[in-house]
Amino acid sequence: MSKVLIYAENFDGKFKKANFEIVSYGAEIARQTGAEAIVLSIGNVPDEELKQLSVYGASRVLSFNDGRFDALENQAYASVIAQAVEKEGAEIVVFSNSNTSKALAPRVSVKLKAGMVFAATGLPKSIDPFMVPKKVFHGKAFADVVIKSPIKIICLSQNSFGITEDAKAVSIETFVAEIDDTVFKTRVTNVEKATGKILLNDAEIIVSGGRGMKGAENWKPLEDLADILGAATACSRPVSDEGWRPHSEHVGQTGKIVAPNLYFALGISGAIQHLAGVSSSKVIVAVNTDHEAPVFQEADYGIIGDVQKVLPQMVEAFRKFKSEN
Amino acid sequence: MKILVCVSNVPDTTTKIKLSGDMHSVDLANVQWIINPWDELALTRALELKEASEGKIEKVTVMLVGAKSAEPTMRKALAIGADDAVRVDAEPLDAYFVAGQIAGAIKDENYDLVFCGIESSDYNGSAMGSMLSEFMNIPSVSSVSKVEMDDDQIVVNREIAGGFEVVVPELPFVAIVQKGITKEPRIPSMRGIMMARKKPLKVVEASGLEALTEFVKYEPPQPKAACKMIDADNVAELVDLLHNEAKII
Ligand SMILES: Cc1cc2nc3c(=O)[nH]c(=O)nc-3n(C[C@H](O)[C@H](O)[C@H](O)COP(=O)(O)OP(=O)(O)OC[C@H]3O[C@@H](n4cnc5c(N)ncnc54)[C@H](O)[C@@H]3O)c2cc1C
Ligand SMILES: Nc1ncnc2c1ncn2[C@@H]1O[C@H](COP(=O)(O)O)[C@@H](O)[C@H]1O
Repeated sequence: MSKVLIYAENFDGKFKKANFEIVSYGAEIARQTGAEAIVLSIGNVPDEELKQLSVYGASRVLSFNDGRFDALENQAYASVIAQAVEKEGAEIVVFSNSNTSKALAPRVSVKLKAGMVFAATGLPKSIDPFMVPKKVFHGKAFADVVIKSPIKIICLSQNSFGITEDAKAVSIETFVAEIDDTVFKTRVTNVEKATGKILLNDAEIIVSGGRGMKGAENWKPLEDLADILGAATACSRPVSDEGWRPHSEHVGQTGKIVAPNLYFALGISGAIQHLAGVSSSKVIVAVNTDHEAPVFQEADYGIIGDVQKVLPQMVEAFRKFKSEN
Repeated sequence: MKILVCVSNVPDTTTKIKLSGDMHSVDLANVQWIINPWDELALTRALELKEASEGKIEKVTVMLVGAKSAEPTMRKALAIGADDAVRVDAEPLDAYFVAGQIAGAIKDENYDLVFCGIESSDYNGSAMGSMLSEFMNIPSVSSVSKVEMDDDQIVVNREIAGGFEVVVPELPFVAIVQKGITKEPRIPSMRGIMMARKKPLKVVEASGLEALTEFVKYEPPQPKAACKMIDADNVAELVDLLHNEAKII
């Protein structure tokens, strides 16, 4: 039987929604092609957590754990994944589109001479030829890409398939791979990390502020709103240039490219360079005093008003909603 | 020490994307071409490192896989300050093809540090840098937001959720960079533009490697529905719409 192998990255020993989505997606491809869906996990993940993946249609979970894998060593990780694909004889390999996937999937592609599609937006449109839809020009167009190699790699855009439950009995198996010490060539000398924070690229909800926020001192309600929604915070370029917010928060053409479910643009005009980084968001909410601001052309919901007044009301309204739901 | 910066030639971000009538290609007539924004940052950072290195970094080379029509973009990179440029003469078919071509073209050059951008803003492949490191069988660090030189070592920050890791890779390695590695991309000066004309731009032939993927058809995005306006005094309605209509919270 042919196989679909899904690489599930863990976050401090836990899986997230993005993992459940790619397992659901891989399981659906397996169903359509009469294949088996297997998940590979690398690192120290408790069995209870591994078992969770069965809910989304995986029938086997391979778990590889090795003390040398505490830090992300791209060469070593990619080698484990490639070995798993080869041992299992998998023909389709599924990744998320996280930063880690960007570091690993292309290496696996070269190791296995397997064509890869990044930022896929849905199921394969046909199996022979193997054709996958993907985003191009940051969502200004879509393309159908044919993968010509025997093994195919798909990195799925977040929030483009959804989570489907199809509980299966799952077996958790220890995976053994041969990894040479010589591929460990990067050393992590220090880690600075605030816990509970979300990587902007991986965030499902983002609350973002622009020059209309008027100054660093006005960010408290924006942060409150982000806290209530479990969201990450972001900003436009002038805001980080002014030093109101850290550079790591800047989104757009020259900043980060994000694709959350929900993006709040607060006091952001919606310049094309800004939208280049956010236009793949599923839903955009804009608050702006100027009804002609270009952001309203891209937004799904808009409020014409002063952020200083609207934002505190939003904080209250969402807090109320969260306490009731 | 020698640094290589891989640059891709992409349509300016403000370009309206038009598809050909048969939808089999993107209509690129009248497009303004630029250096991919992250590659421009990488080039800027490479030059800053070279200038601060007191001669330790001898050279910054830019590399592009593309047709002759991409040369103005390479001249721009030279005008910004790169010492020389290499073009592999082939259409960049996919990241696998591009990475294989670059690996082949530089295999005897011993670059210590190779910069790639996190993605090309046209086809959003996000793959070339990592593929190149695998072809070269050398380490890579991705999501790099800071690059410093410390004696003979290169020290980078890799971004992770809630912060960063400081990583010291063995040389040579590939750094896949994003925003943060430098503030502003450098703009070519008048003098830089004059000098760029005389700088070496070498053209090498492509090898017989084949691409593994093919773009066969394009589609425009679904037209966006008009923005639903909500009264500023009725924020509760926004919450309601996001919950019941968009089903997003
Ligand atoms: C090569 C290049 C690359 C670029 N890359 C990026 C990028 O990556 N990211 C990016 O963001 N920008 C980028 N820019 C800049 C971009 O063109 C815009 O200048 C920038 O996005 C504007 O930021 P803003 O919307 O915060 O500010 P502004 O354009 O000044 O807009 C502020 C908005 O706030 C509104 N406003 C004012 N007061 C209030 C209030 N009290 N309540 C509510 N609304 C209010 C105004 O009506 C206005 O619409 C780039 C530009 C270039 C040329
Ligand atoms: N044709 C090319 N020539 C040289 N470098 C390239 C080319 N295409 C992509 N790159 C590099 O690879 C990075 C990622 O590109 P991509 O994988 O196409 O998204 C870019 O930021 C460039 O540094």
